[in-house]
Amino acid sequence: MLVLDQIHTYYDRIHALKGVSLTVERGEIVTLIGSNGAGKTTTLRTISGLLKPRAGNILLEGAPIDELPAHEITRLGISQSPEGRRIFARLTVEENLEMGAFARSDKAGIRQDMARVLELFPRLRERLHQRGGTLSGGEQQMLAMGRALMSRPRLLLLDEPSMGLAPLLVEQIFQIIRNINEQGVTILLVEQNAHVALSIAHRAYVMETGAIVLAGPAADVLASPQVREAYLGG
Amino acid sequence: MTSTIRSSTSYRVRRQAATTRWVVRGLGLIGLALLVWRVVTVGLAESYPLSFWISQALNGLVLGGVYALVALGYTLVYGILLMINFAHGEVMMIGAFTGVFALQFFTALGWMSGPTTMVVLALLLIAAAGMLGSIVTGVTLERVAYRPLRGAPRLVPLISAIGASLFLQYSVLLVFGVSPRTYTRPPLLEGGFRVGDVFVPYTGVIIFVLSLLLMLALYLIVQRTKLGKAMRAVAEDKGTAALMGIDVDRVIVFTFILSAALAGAAGVMLGFHNTVVKFNSGFVPGLKAFTAAVLGGIGNIPGAMVGALLLGLIEAIGPSALGIPTEYKDIIAFSVLVIVLIFRPSGLLGEVVSEKKA
Repeated sequence: MLVLDQIHTYYDRIHALKGVSLTVERGEIVTLIGSNGAGKTTTLRTISGLLKPRAGNILLEGAPIDELPAHEITRLGISQSPEGRRIFARLTVEENLEMGAFARSDKAGIRQDMARVLELFPRLRERLHQRGGTLSGGEQQMLAMGRALMSRPRLLLLDEPSMGLAPLLVEQIFQIIRNINEQGVTILLVEQNAHVALSIAHRAYVMETGAIVLAGPAADVLASPQVREAYLGG
Repeated sequence: MTSTIRSSTSYRVRRQAATTRWVVRGLGLIGLALLVWRVVTVGLAESYPLSFWISQALNGLVLGGVYALVALGYTLVYGILLMINFAHGEVMMIGAFTGVFALQFFTALGWMSGPTTMVVLALLLIAAAGMLGSIVTGVTLERVAYRPLRGAPRLVPLISAIGASLFLQYSVLLVFGVSPRTYTRPPLLEGGFRVGDVFVPYTGVIIFVLSLLLMLALYLIVQRTKLGKAMRAVAEDKGTAALMGIDVDRVIVFTFILSAALAGAAGVMLGFHNTVVKFNSGFVPGLKAFTAAVLGGIGNIPGAMVGALLLGLIEAIGPSALGIPTEYKDIIAFSVLVIVLIFRPSGLLGEVVSEKKA
């Protein structure tokens, strides 16, 4: 479904991605793990078009998308829940969700998806007319994911959904991620919390300083001594 | 060791900043006290009749309504781009010129002396022409003078805006000359009615009501429509807005269209109010409207409305209340701005910006 082929991305002169290649197949949960600054978020931002790669190709269902602006990539069915949630703090929860569906014009479908998202995250229903900025961290994470689902994506990019959340809440969020996947949405999940990420993913990539250093089925990656030592505390 | 030195320095700096703040506030209070004293001893002592104050206040509201339309343009663009569009006054002036040419056209056609419905229709078309003239100017400015500088430091587009302002003024001077064009009021707009001792001119009522309607329309667009919500999203976070599938450039153009349309309407109304328009007609009203936007809290839509109505009132009542010649009314407006900003640096309705956000 999604193919990254030898992607090089720069921040000015800093070479942030040094030839990243990865694939995501339809229906999978693929996770990208690695320590802080390894280039995980940069990879997601390059896929969604917020950053432009200087070399390499990105293909969605075989068609190149790396030249397109971010808003057009969203229209093609890739949706992102960004790092740090990036809720529109002064918009209400409902308006945030509406923004997620900005590219769509099928009113009935949007209403249907709004109901589906509120079913997935009942907490958001209670807060529907509150400003996004007044939500707690966990609720904001739910809103960011719900908002990303509102575009009815084929591929959902999740950036650090566990960030700053209590363990119980993390478990809940990951259960929901699994549900979303079971409903047919392909997921590329970036996480620092390698253990939970590997527990729900089908396949995994490990990143270090801008390059993929290990790839394979999640169970194998979880078992690899390298990963156990570096990310799972031995 | 170093840390103690550093913290003691920052302590001293903070102490100094606090002292300065209190000195400035003290001066502000003294200024305020002088104003009040002047009003009590001079203004009230003149003993104008109540009807005089009321009609001055009505004038102020009319002018304030027009300022509000222009002030909203500053605030909308600032909200999205964090940039002061210093050419906004000129956007209004060009709308006023387009309006006066439309007026001449309809006068030549004989519509302005025709039956009432024809005159009203002509007036609406004149307003639409003014808005269109301003929209073309505003959108061109965004494309030519601001968009290429989108990634540049914030000072750069500001200088570009000042350049654009001068460019527009002197282009109009070059093409149309120094002599003003006249907004000839049709007989329908002349005159007015009396409420007790207060004379209310028709133009004033029409201008004020139209301003309010346009402000209401803007409010509904920004709060209720999809594009309005997208404007607010883009104002908060352009990158995330793009992730939603929002074409950020298109939303910015839409913002310039809205603010220019309001300015164009204001230009035509100001034309009928002052009866003349020339190349520099946008400069002072633009500056006043900018002041109003800052007074209310720049970037804040209700703030621009409140600030502008307040400024209009102060300018209309101020000179008589203080017992000074009307020519000095600008001093009052800007003094009020300074005093308000001393006590509320982010304006009357502006959000208090934390150090981190600033």
